[in-house]
Amino acid sequence: MPQRTMVEALNLALDQSMANDENVCVMGEDIAINGGVFRVTKGLLEKYGSNRVMDTPLAECGIIGTAVGMAIYGLKPVAEIQFSGFTMQAFDQIEQNMARYRSRSRDRYPISMVMRTPYGGGIRAVEHHSESRESYWAHTPGLKVVIPSGPRNARALLKASIDDPDPVVFYEPKAVYRAFREDVPDEPETMEIGKAQVVREGADLTIIAYGAMMRPVLEATDDLVELHGMDIEVIDLLSIKPMDTQTLVESVTKTGRCVIVHEGPRTCGIAAEIIARLNEDAFEHLIAPIKRLTGYDIHFPFFQVEQHYLPDADSIIEAVKETMAFDA
Amino acid sequence: MTTSSKPDITPQSASLKAKGPSTDLLKQWLRDMLLIREFEVRTMQAYQNKKIGGFCHVYIGQEAVAVGCTAALEPNDPVVTAYRDHGHALARGMDPKYGMAEMFGRIGGCAKGKGGSMHFFDKEHHMYGGHGIVGAQTPLGAGLAFATKYEDEIINGGVSNRVTLSFLGDGALNQGSFHEAQNLAGVLDLPVIFVCENNGYSMGTAISRGTTMGHDITSKAAGYGFDSAVIEGMDVIEVYEGMKAVVDKCRETSRPAFVDMRTYRFKGHSMSDPRKYRTKEEEQQYAQDDPIDKLANELMNNRGLSRDEYDVMAKEVKKQIREATKWAEASPIPDIEELYRDVYVEKFGPYSGTSLPAMLED
Ligand SMILES: Cc1ncc(C[n+]2csc(CCOP(=O)(O)OP(=O)(O)O)c2C)c(N)n1
Ligand SMILES: [Mg+2]
Repeated sequence: MPQRTMVEALNLALDQSMANDENVCVMGEDIAINGGVFRVTKGLLEKYGSNRVMDTPLAECGIIGTAVGMAIYGLKPVAEIQFSGFTMQAFDQIEQNMARYRSRSRDRYPISMVMRTPYGGGIRAVEHHSESRESYWAHTPGLKVVIPSGPRNARALLKASIDDPDPVVFYEPKAVYRAFREDVPDEPETMEIGKAQVVREGADLTIIAYGAMMRPVLEATDDLVELHGMDIEVIDLLSIKPMDTQTLVESVTKTGRCVIVHEGPRTCGIAAEIIARLNEDAFEHLIAPIKRLTGYDIHFPFFQVEQHYLPDADSIIEAVKETMAFDA
Repeated sequence: MTTSSKPDITPQSASLKAKGPSTDLLKQWLRDMLLIREFEVRTMQAYQNKKIGGFCHVYIGQEAVAVGCTAALEPNDPVVTAYRDHGHALARGMDPKYGMAEMFGRIGGCAKGKGGSMHFFDKEHHMYGGHGIVGAQTPLGAGLAFATKYEDEIINGGVSNRVTLSFLGDGALNQGSFHEAQNLAGVLDLPVIFVCENNGYSMGTAISRGTTMGHDITSKAAGYGFDSAVIEGMDVIEVYEGMKAVVDKCRETSRPAFVDMRTYRFKGHSMSDPRKYRTKEEEQQYAQDDPIDKLANELMNNRGLSRDEYDVMAKEVKKQIREATKWAEASPIPDIEELYRDVYVEKFGPYSGTSLPAMLED
């Protein structure tokens, strides 16, 4: 099976969706001739032409608004916003139109579109080039929020997002873009949006994470299992919204302990939502308070200290040990 | 005006002409431009040596714009710009050591080493910073102009006598915030000048592909009823003279204006840009139009600057930047607790529960 980076896997998904469905168009800043800042759309212009692969002006609000217009007519635009920090320019169109069109038109104009955007730290960038604001979108009714963690699920989930009848915010962990290769088959592959994946089964404690945080989580898990003899269960959320409450509840019902890891700021972060759900449906099975290891409530810091800001294997191990040691 | 890429060695003192800015002033501008160029060259080296993180956008080729515009201002006129901001801060008078320390992420930097290339702030010189979000600084220019006018007229009971320069790139012409800012400035009669540093490209997008009426962007300002000017930005004397007229009128009438400042960035958009979107020929042609060479030639050919004097000046500038770099490297990396500082008015913010910074618990 061919080995692909996440960038190549995403490119494959776009390519195959475009080949299959002439309603699929991609658009964004420097995505056509240059193939995008991260080269996710490389080669698509040559294959599908400038009517379907469009360089847009530097105007995010216009890009998303135009994509909404295309989508409510029946096209399937996949709009790239160069960095997730620049989605703020488009907040108006995302929140007011993209998220609400099906509802506002009382289902007369459903809206199937994808906003792809790289998010997260770990590449020595600055504030608006490193942040994780998935909470904004998860908080917005009408949107789906999908975050892959590796090349294979990225490809399958992007296909699923393009096929989805509702608008999807597709957050790409840029720290993973070229970090490693994985088997990604040539044949089209898809995954169900809204399903979390139990990546490793265990009995003692559940770690829940997503996106770029999956790598340090798995690294920490290896250590915890091999050096500390703990039996850790690991869940990759994959879809922030809809959230697979059932898989989370089943896992924590079994293990009784849980650590949640994300790089976005703490207050009103995704961990807070997960804790609320587990509190509602797994409370009586808890052996220890659920711990969250998150980014701080600050603007994403500059490069020399970003490793301090981001959760890493060491801090995850620490959080797990503390939770395991909890004694009521 | 024809120029060679290297300054002419023989001064033609016979043809000394005394028109325009004084020779001393021109020498100062030459020095200022050399300083910016040297700062950028060292910055690029340090970036390649991985001493600088984040993104880095250098100003090489555009030096005449910052220097000529600054010369047309009073020292207390506010300036605000985008992320290609090193030149504006240096032209405004910021000591390069604070800039270099910022690039290196050191506490001595102009943003405490916590911002980097896009965050050159200098309160003493009324420089309201660089801004990483394209276009987002343009309404700030309108707001600054409102504030100075308010202070001059309402608080001090006098007449508005300051002007704000709000710089933007040609790519920012496409952002909604820019258009909202222009309309607001027009409706409220604000003394702000939107200076578009039109280097022809927004990353890989040529202006003709990304902007309607890209061949005449003053048409945008016309739509808002502004005066505008097209200024040759590769020649510091033209920048100064053109801007002086616009600034003086803005100061006098308190009406906004727009400038299409024609310039060119000699390097890539950022440090990793293969520049496939433009031709080598185009780059070579603009290299012939180097603003530093142009002024050096003018000074040598018509103003009696000797080759020796030029060399001494270039050497001094190199030394100044070398020392700035040393100073920057000696400045400490910010403490971890600096992460939490400057987010809120309280030293460590209004945090509680497990949001409380861990370093405060130790
Ligand atoms: C809102 C927003 N969108 C996109 C970007 C990414 N970006 C950074 S610079 C740039 C091009 C801007 O070009 P221009 O305004 O002409 O300035 P120049 O680089 O030529 O100085 C782009 C697209 C950004 N920083 N902010
Ligand atoms: Mg430009």
